[in-house]
Amino acid sequence: MKKEIVALVSGFIFSIGLGISGMTQPQNVIGFLDLQNWNPQLLFVMLGAVLTHAILYRIIRKRNTPMFDSVWHITTKKEINAKLIIGSAVFGIGWGIGGFCPGPAITSLVSFELNVYIFVISMLVGMYVSLKSSGAVK
Amino acid sequence: MDNILPSVIGGILIGLSASMMLLFNGRVTGISNIISSLLSHSFKENYWRYLFIVGLLIGGLALKLYNSETFVNTSQRGILALIISGFLVGFGTQTGSGCTSGHGVCGVSRFSKRSIVATVVFIIFGIISVRVMTVLSGAL
Repeated sequence: MKKEIVALVSGFIFSIGLGISGMTQPQNVIGFLDLQNWNPQLLFVMLGAVLTHAILYRIIRKRNTPMFDSVWHITTKKEINAKLIIGSAVFGIGWGIGGFCPGPAITSLVSFELNVYIFVISMLVGMYVSLKSSGAVK
Repeated sequence: MDNILPSVIGGILIGLSASMMLLFNGRVTGISNIISSLLSHSFKENYWRYLFIVGLLIGGLALKLYNSETFVNTSQRGILALIISGFLVGFGTQTGSGCTSGHGVCGVSRFSKRSIVATVVFIIFGIISVRVMTVLSGAL
């Protein structure tokens, strides 16, 4: 129960962050990726997020365990492999075409704009195809 | 320039959200993983993920009430572009094990080489993609 409430509150704060920073507007994301007509907003979002989380991460990880769980669920994968690079490249291409990544897309569902629903459904299909081809679903 | 402060503040909130998930639940806030796990894990295992997404949606409603411009999309991307884009984002984030929140915020914050590489790669390809879209929409 406690973990679920944390997740709920965390999701809420995350989407507020996305909204007030303009990241729920695809033109702002595309503007960041458009070097000819550059919109720096996303850079400042990342700076704010990474500076905050980098400092808190170090403090939090001094603990033996999280507060509501007995183990840390952080990947120990270290290898920089083809899957990582190709997957990231494919994601980047899609990101530049639509101006959406998963978080803002889900948050934007409340707008009831057709665009968003088309994107999200396509995203779920893409995820499913990837999961199926890696054998993670049958 | 008056967009810079809200962007930083929004970023700080995102960082706090991720820190909260880490401190209490010991989790990385990788939204592409949260979503794709709904497809690959059991309902019971996914309670917290569903609640995270509900949190995103409630936040979305709050944003919509506070500012009707929050979700305005002037990118002029058509339906075909959105279908392709959605599919590539879904397929790519799952294959590459993360997106802007998982790799870009959480991974970079802990100096993960994997995440730093992933982030650089998806930004570079995002830049290339926008350039191609600009050229294509100029040609049409």
